[in-house]
Amino acid sequence: MPKILRSPLPLVLLALVIIGGVAPIWLDAYYLGIFTVAYYFGVFAMSWDLLFGFAGEVNFGPTFLIGLGAYGAGLLNNAGWPLPLCIVGGAVIAVIGGVALAVPALRLRGPYFGLVTLVAVLLLLDFIVIFAAQTGGEIGMMVPDVLSVSTAVNYWYAFGFLVIAGAILFGLSRSALGLILQATGQDRVEAQALGFNVTKHKVAAFAISALFSGVAGAMLTFYQGTASVDQMVDLSIAVQIIIAVVFGGRRTILGGVLGSIFLVLFDELLRPIGQLNTFVVSGVALLVILFWPDGVLGYVLRPREER
Amino acid sequence: MLALQILVDGFAISALYGLGAVGFTLMFGVCGVLNLAHGGIMVIAALVGWWVAANYGVGPYGGALVGLLAGLAASFITYYAVIRPVQRSRAIPPVEEEIFILTSTLLWGIMLQVGLDYAFTDNPVTMQPLLPGVVRIAGIRVPQNEVLIAVLCWAVIGLLSLLVNRTRIGKQILAASINPRALTLLGFELSHVYLVVWTIYGVLAGLAGVLLASFLGASADNAGALTASAFTIVILGGLGSVPGSLIAAYIVGYAETLTAYLIAPTLRPIPALIILVIVIYIRPQGLLGRR
Repeated sequence: MPKILRSPLPLVLLALVIIGGVAPIWLDAYYLGIFTVAYYFGVFAMSWDLLFGFAGEVNFGPTFLIGLGAYGAGLLNNAGWPLPLCIVGGAVIAVIGGVALAVPALRLRGPYFGLVTLVAVLLLLDFIVIFAAQTGGEIGMMVPDVLSVSTAVNYWYAFGFLVIAGAILFGLSRSALGLILQATGQDRVEAQALGFNVTKHKVAAFAISALFSGVAGAMLTFYQGTASVDQMVDLSIAVQIIIAVVFGGRRTILGGVLGSIFLVLFDELLRPIGQLNTFVVSGVALLVILFWPDGVLGYVLRPREER
Repeated sequence: MLALQILVDGFAISALYGLGAVGFTLMFGVCGVLNLAHGGIMVIAALVGWWVAANYGVGPYGGALVGLLAGLAASFITYYAVIRPVQRSRAIPPVEEEIFILTSTLLWGIMLQVGLDYAFTDNPVTMQPLLPGVVRIAGIRVPQNEVLIAVLCWAVIGLLSLLVNRTRIGKQILAASINPRALTLLGFELSHVYLVVWTIYGVLAGLAGVLLASFLGASADNAGALTASAFTIVILGGLGSVPGSLIAAYIVGYAETLTAYLIAPTLRPIPALIILVIVIYIRPQGLLGRR
């Protein structure tokens, strides 16, 4: 703890939170909209990092959890539930789905776990398309309610949620749970030999990841007014989340936010080159992975920690 | 009649799936690389082959040959530009190498897919059949091209088995998959063996891509689905097991064909995924997997 106090990190974070919080006063509404999406993305990325960076499990299906939250909340809203209950409902559905997936899947190692999560996404995609009458299929599902019509209020919802989620996830990653997860990620057998229930901790991590992914998915749905496959479930979204985390720095939780903001802004800047922007973004991410595998934040923080 | 149609169509499709998956599983078995850019490499071969055949008047065989070479080139680029840097990087701990290879090949595959989409649009293209005309097999009409593809796939798989089991380099490949360290200690250059495997892989993926283009058609958008189907087959059969992959290719091929004919073509990918999930839960090492 003293180490953290000595480093400038808390001050930097506080400054960032204040700058982010007052952004609606000085920032153009157009950019507020962009940042709103980037913040939800940041929560996706942080939830994913808890599993990947700490538990060492490659979850190729973060969008399975996000999609469950988004579509669960959307379907409840269409059934006439009030908005806050829908978000809670979406989160519950995401957690149940996530645990149902994780409990059997965590018996598997390495690529097999990744594969099962990948298959879960593919199945969810297929089911959304098959039940197009209820879910809107590939076009997306409209929801009657929205979070707010004001850009600034929407921005604050997203920012507030990002800060809360970030604080909780970062706190968890520095807690006993985070340490145990990190230990199991590095040497599963030894962690088990030390008496930790590895599976229980990993399921807990998965449930927490599902909770935040689900709430973020549901809130994004009510921000945009639609739950859409292209923006919440598609594998390309999963890839972007992975890129955001690896680029920002895995095992840092907060790096994911950095990566997401970079990704969304970069995407916006590259809009003029149209189709090719995904190509450039993936290329940049690939270069980062190959040459700075610790990511931006990892590069900034790590040498200091190891000294 | 319908049953026979399913039997014949399923056989050809499965043979093609098998060909695509054999290279993928060989790559994992020997080099320990799960190449998520697999679909991208197949689609490069397919689209380049189609484009050359359509624009340069070299006929379907000339196009197929150029396509195959394009697949081979893409395989080498993947190895030198993506896999080797990850394997040689000092900053990546060995424990995490697998995750980094998965992530970087996934990114590379997306770059291939988007690049191809940009260059060729995402309209599906179908290459001119290598053999025009139809034959009648037990009363049903089968395109000769389909027969040729099935025969070609099995011939290549047969050749591969001869190469691996009967030649000197094949035995080195086999040894590298069992115990790479011992092979190095015996004085063989491991990176040389890997290069041979990447060559074989490029030829197999390229050929599978070209045949796919002349059979079902291909587009840049297929890249992800092709990777997923190869991955499915390989996991189902057991990672690294070539016979397992072939059996799994037939299970997946027939499951898809049955669904497409009997239930609805839109549900085509679903049974394979469900079979896969069940197999993974009951027998995670796959049908013939070693671990």
